[in-house]
Amino acid sequence: MIKTENLTRRYGDLVAVDSLSITVEPGEVLGFLGPNGAGKTTTMRMIAGFIAPSSGTVSVCGHSLTANPVAAQACMGYLPEGAPGYDEMTVQGFLRFIADIRGLSGDFRRSRMGDVIERLHLAPVLRQRLETLSKGFRRRVGLAQAIIHDPQVLILDEPTDGLDPNQKQEVRQLIQDMAADKIIVISTHILEEVDAVCNRVMIIARGRLLADDTPDGLIARSRYHNAVSLSLVTGSVDEIKNDIAALPRVASVELDQATGRVTAFPAGDQPLLPDISRLASDKNWNLKELHLESGRMEEVFRSITTGHSA
Amino acid sequence: MSQIRIIFKRELAAYFSTPLAFVFIVIFQLLSGAFTFYLGNFFARGQADLASFFSFHPWLYLFLIPAISMRLWAEERSSGSIELLLCLPLTLWQATLGKFLAAWTFSAIALALTFPIWITVNYLGQPDNGAIVTAYLGSLLLAGGFMAIGVCISAATRNQVIAFIITIVVCFLFLLSGFGLVLDVLHGWLPQLIVDTVASFSFLTHFQALSKGVIDLRDIVFFAVLIASWLYASTIVLNLKKAD
Repeated sequence: MIKTENLTRRYGDLVAVDSLSITVEPGEVLGFLGPNGAGKTTTMRMIAGFIAPSSGTVSVCGHSLTANPVAAQACMGYLPEGAPGYDEMTVQGFLRFIADIRGLSGDFRRSRMGDVIERLHLAPVLRQRLETLSKGFRRRVGLAQAIIHDPQVLILDEPTDGLDPNQKQEVRQLIQDMAADKIIVISTHILEEVDAVCNRVMIIARGRLLADDTPDGLIARSRYHNAVSLSLVTGSVDEIKNDIAALPRVASVELDQATGRVTAFPAGDQPLLPDISRLASDKNWNLKELHLESGRMEEVFRSITTGHSA
Repeated sequence: MSQIRIIFKRELAAYFSTPLAFVFIVIFQLLSGAFTFYLGNFFARGQADLASFFSFHPWLYLFLIPAISMRLWAEERSSGSIELLLCLPLTLWQATLGKFLAAWTFSAIALALTFPIWITVNYLGQPDNGAIVTAYLGSLLLAGGFMAIGVCISAATRNQVIAFIITIVVCFLFLLSGFGLVLDVLHGWLPQLIVDTVASFSFLTHFQALSKGVIDLRDIVFFAVLIASWLYASTIVLNLKKAD
């Protein structure tokens, strides 16, 4: 379990993290979202025990990071931002060093080494020095060192940064495979990633926690949640816009001039799609597309972090 | 204890994984030989001792030890690996001690490789080998003192060149703190007690006794306390500005 209470970090006058109180339980994959400079990395560094809080407390697996950092760090794996490592070491040497420091030995050590090398496809580069690795391999070596001791708690600062789409998918799969009984905290800029791997999302900006929800709950806050979009092959969009606006449960209708797409926003919780599809068949619209919007994470993110209500 | 050993192993291997180790060892041998034979007049003195060899060690170390110590923490800082290292389950003290011992051992290896001069002097005459062993010990302690200063200064910066230069300056002040160059600046405006204290910190004074073969427990304690204090200071510096 990760528990923080009024966790605060100041740099001079700047408050990087402001009274953050969170609890993360096993089985949760928590995604930290926030603009650059929001305090994501500072928070993760305090949880990992790299920097001390200015005030407040943080504990991992029941061990306080101030009173007993070594015990807390022993049950945690950490991938720092940018996946740093020792450039002059080979991948194998580096992983062995981490395994030594983590106190792995015997059969367990052998099986863990084999496991991370296989999971992260490191076999081809085992004898290469870290400085010669591509960005993707470097990141994977960083992930390998973080999970080598099969930790209860995993803190990953931008784990998929710099990876290509296939590698991103593999890392997401890796996170999901490990998620069952662990605590995983990831920070990311990529909003789909949160939807893909996390079951809990926190949005922070200017050091403050602004939202704490499930990905679905967050998307449901979107203006686009349950909205209906459609576009025509031929016909007057202005006319259908007025027709849709006349429906009883429609709050507003917007027309995107560039794409010619009309979007209708619902007034209440009731779905609009049946009403609009009935209207479309009644009026014989020549439809190119008609679909139900689930909500747009980007829009929720923007509205939360810039302070406008969603 | 085992954490210190693991860090030690990694750091020592790091020296030998780059050309630095070989460049350093070769230059150390060349310079110590050149000083001994040309500046120290090893042959012309006509004495079966290594005084002309050891008397140049403080000056050799003044430039060569900072070259070893500068990377210890500054490199970790500039590459960001400090964050990885300090989030592993080990204490700052273990990391610092492991690094120091590795660097010190590396300088000990360079020193040990000067053994041909010992063989030479034994071939040429009958030196007091006990005195030579004591002088080697003194030289090792001197290297350790410089190294501990270097560790602390390396911990304060991410720039290895700055670490190198500042370490030389601080080591130089410690080396000569018993001499006019430093003391004249302090005389006149500081009480005599403080001036005497500063004078007692002179590496050169403590080293000279040992290099002549005189084992004074005070000299050994001086270096031991000095090393411990600078290493302790390193952990404080690291704690204060780990993430900078």
